Amino acid sequence: MALLPFLDRSRTIAAPGFSRWMVPPAALCIHLCIGQAYAFSVFNLPMTKLIGVTASAPGDWNLAELGWIFSIAIFVLGVSAAIFGRWVEEGGPRQAMFTAGLCWALGFFISAIGVYIHNLWVVYLGYGVFGGLGLGLGYISPVSTLIKWFPDRPGMSTGMAIMGFGGGAFIASPLSVWLMAHFSTPTHVGVAEAFIGLGIIYLIFMWVGAAIVRVPAPGWKPEGYTPPVVDQPLITKNDVYVYDAIKTPQFWLIWWVLCLNVTAGIGVLGQASAMSQEMFPGKVTALAAAGFVGLLSLFNMLGRFFWASLSDYIGRKNTYFCFFAIGTVLYCTVPWSGSIGSVTLFVLAFLVIITMYGGGFATVPAYLKDMFGTRYVGAIHGWLITAWSAAGVFGPVLVNYIRQYQIDSGVPKAQAYNVTMYIMAGLLVVGFICNFLIKAVHNRFHMKPDHEAVRAQMAVDAAGEPAGA
Amino acid sequence: MANENQSGSNVIPLILAWGFVGIPLAWGVIQTIENAMKLFQ
Repeated sequence: MALLPFLDRSRTIAAPGFSRWMVPPAALCIHLCIGQAYAFSVFNLPMTKLIGVTASAPGDWNLAELGWIFSIAIFVLGVSAAIFGRWVEEGGPRQAMFTAGLCWALGFFISAIGVYIHNLWVVYLGYGVFGGLGLGLGYISPVSTLIKWFPDRPGMSTGMAIMGFGGGAFIASPLSVWLMAHFSTPTHVGVAEAFIGLGIIYLIFMWVGAAIVRVPAPGWKPEGYTPPVVDQPLITKNDVYVYDAIKTPQFWLIWWVLCLNVTAGIGVLGQASAMSQEMFPGKVTALAAAGFVGLLSLFNMLGRFFWASLSDYIGRKNTYFCFFAIGTVLYCTVPWSGSIGSVTLFVLAFLVIITMYGGGFATVPAYLKDMFGTRYVGAIHGWLITAWSAAGVFGPVLVNYIRQYQIDSGVPKAQAYNVTMYIMAGLLVVGFICNFLIKAVHNRFHMKPDHEAVRAQMAVDAAGEPAGA
Repeated sequence: MANENQSGSNVIPLILAWGFVGIPLAWGVIQTIENAMKLFQ
């Protein structure tokens, strides 16, 4: 039983007449809010001028110190998704979404206090720890619910939600800038007030999502849907318990598949502006580079929906084969585009690459569902998110350090990224091999009848007190 | 058990729910495209 009865899983079972198309907007309410994390950098410069206002003054925070806020949040995201995944799965989506909203908003409110008293440790605690908890819980909370509502289109449904995470920055970035401008005065930078404003808006948005979300009644199927009768070796009809799933080679192969795909993309996302200007000096201005970064974010979001939806038709394994094969070719194309001075080819290559970066995130929940069943897919997804945290370290380090090493070795800036691109292509080849090695999970890992009996009892208990739609 | 009444029976909540998330997202996407296009001109 949840602390508040309204949050209990049994109170979220959909009544007859409830449309399953209400669930994706509920999931988007969460992901559009936590996607703000991608836009946190808009606060970086203003937070270096909290004392000096027009310019940094002695005692003001510097960018290196501020960079830890995002890093702590992403670290806590991975840890909390892994630790609380089972609680999210068994407690139901409403409880998880409600808690995620509370943590996310608290993160902003505590950070506002930190900014107000100018104590960076309080901001680390606020956005880093509480915000990171909100990120972790919010990211995985709607996944298994969507898969259960859309057994016929699991890729599309989870892709839609995870697309929201990519799209959250589009809303957060202009909204944050507007809020800061609104609350700033000639003697004050309005960061704390902007944090409070965002916290209130996100709390309302995420709690609306928690109120809307429903789980299907036991045995529910979409109208006209009949599960495939022909056995597909890579789509299981059994469930695997979360702590058994992480003992399988399949889990760790998918972990590397995600980690390598994200590593290749994340380094580029972080360095896109500098890379485009340095590879095409005189041709790509700082303003044009900023536009390029905006387009990358847009294609990152669109790729999440496109590739995850496509995976429902061509299969998850084939979708990742596309990412790794096409990605390898495109990464090898980038140095060539620099050598012939083709900005168009460079931009097109990276736009396609970044769709596959987003697509990798969005397709993986359905891949896990295919391999391990639906029962604990959210919790297993939580463990897999640690691959993202690892890639968040590998990707930028690879791009930044290799570039610096090249420049220190006397390589012109325009060619300093070439080796990195070939290394990224190599990582994708390794990812291709990992994906190739993924086979069906051995039946010794499947949940046994005693697990089934517990599940059946839970379903009976849950069905005893259905809620209104 | 297939629930035959799960879709199409109540359109207004659907429109409200999708509008609640779709309008802010569309606004953000338009802002981004406008900025990107201006910068490339």
